[in-house]
Amino acid sequence: MTEEIIIAGFGGQGVLSMGKILAYAGIMQDKEVSWLPSYGPEMRGGTSNVTVILSDERICSPYLNQFDTAIILNQQSMDKFESSVKPGGLLIYDPNGITHHPTRKDINIYQVAAADKASELGISKLFNMIVLGGFLKVKPLVTPEMLHKGLEKSLPERHHHLIPKNEEAVEIGKGLLKPYHTL
Amino acid sequence: MAKELKLMKGNQAIAEAAIRMGCDGYFGYPITPQSEVLEHLMAERPYLTTGMVVLQAESELASINMVYAGASTGKRVMTSSSSPGFSLMQEGLSYIAGAELPALCVNVVRGGPGLGTIQPSQSDYFQTTKGGGHGDYRLITLAPASVQEMYDFVELGFDLAFKYRNPAAILSDGVIGQVMEKVMVDDYKPRWTNEYIEEHCPWAATGHRAGGKSTIVTSLELEALKQEAINERIQAKYRKCEEEDARHEAIQCDDAEYLFVAYGSAARICMKAMELARAEGIKVGLVRPITLWPFPTKAVAEIGGRMKKILSVEMNAGQMIEDVKLAVNCNVPVEHYGRYGGVIPTPVEIFEALKKMVK
Repeated sequence: MTEEIIIAGFGGQGVLSMGKILAYAGIMQDKEVSWLPSYGPEMRGGTSNVTVILSDERICSPYLNQFDTAIILNQQSMDKFESSVKPGGLLIYDPNGITHHPTRKDINIYQVAAADKASELGISKLFNMIVLGGFLKVKPLVTPEMLHKGLEKSLPERHHHLIPKNEEAVEIGKGLLKPYHTL
Repeated sequence: MAKELKLMKGNQAIAEAAIRMGCDGYFGYPITPQSEVLEHLMAERPYLTTGMVVLQAESELASINMVYAGASTGKRVMTSSSSPGFSLMQEGLSYIAGAELPALCVNVVRGGPGLGTIQPSQSDYFQTTKGGGHGDYRLITLAPASVQEMYDFVELGFDLAFKYRNPAAILSDGVIGQVMEKVMVDDYKPRWTNEYIEEHCPWAATGHRAGGKSTIVTSLELEALKQEAINERIQAKYRKCEEEDARHEAIQCDDAEYLFVAYGSAARICMKAMELARAEGIKVGLVRPITLWPFPTKAVAEIGGRMKKILSVEMNAGQMIEDVKLAVNCNVPVEHYGRYGGVIPTPVEIFEALKKMVK
């Protein structure tokens, strides 16, 4: 099993930390992992993306241009990465702020309306975990137990009391998942 | 604490390795994409635990001269920088090589020339392997291709630097510096004691060698014949190093008809391109030089000599290709594929370049 994922959105949406939590959860599940961020001017208020790979084998390239899954959180990232999903692959996006919806017919596409839900519930900081929940609903790569351990590893101890809230957000995301185009 | 599995950036692994292997001092100045080295050291504060000195100097010039001074005393000292900053250190590295001192420097390469870009590149191959400073010297150059190797090569770099009393370099780039992967870290090893240094480093100016005559560390010798003798001694070390310490990794070369030669992050991307090529029936292997100087000439000659064609894949305009051509003595056609200025070649691009070469 190898899953090659791009997570892309605005800086501040929690793109990098979502990837980090996924990577830590992967480690807990004895997988090989790779987490490669875009860095530099892109990170300062602009777009931000991270390539995360989970695999049962030695990971070749941490840098990729084709992905099994794209998790897209803004229009710029949709424009950039919709075409990078492998045929038969998966695209998950938050429709908030998306004016040009994806048009590919050879991939599975799902929506997670995480931004609206997060603001409705007043948990905007957990936005990324809602999105992650949507992804894990389609591809349960890591078990809830390993996700818990991953959160413990990736969050500093002073934030550990927030882990249950993160897990709740993941569950909310699972419930929000809506098919947009499936094969 | 025993061995431990961590998820770390390549840059953090450099810093963590330095603390755990018993490094005595780090002197550096921040620059993207390697700032996490100094950041991690400052966060870990090893000066409170192992006693390792961590100092943000006022410039790269100051950093490398602090390393020069520390190395003169037999301490295991290091610095890190990225391309423009590493250029500023070349004079110091020449002096350290001239004074025959061990030290470790890390260059997490970004695209140049000039201030260039902060994105990854391998355009400092010539500078690092051919000597960026003046005089007949070489840097023992290690090229990590994973976060684990970033970690492992800190101790290896110091070992080689002390074996040959010559500066060693870790030549990395923004991909390996910024990526997070699993890394198995070692237990903490104690720093060398003064007694150990006095016993094992008779050349070191420790300031308290009982009853002995004073030790002078210098790269200056005005008398030409004596300077020539120093050069001969240095060159003899380099021949020994070429003989004993050239390293490489060969992947799927046994049945290969074509060969990639690539190091560091480019080698990782080539591994993915190999998957794509083999799926289409193109038998391609990879030789990954682990030491760039000494270059694994024998391995490239032996393995490359069996191939129809060789593709040197580099994130530059074609630098290592010269060493590949020399290794196979131009008996096998060698071509270059590269992107530069901070652009990373994709696995598909490399695969396409291979297909074009095979045709």
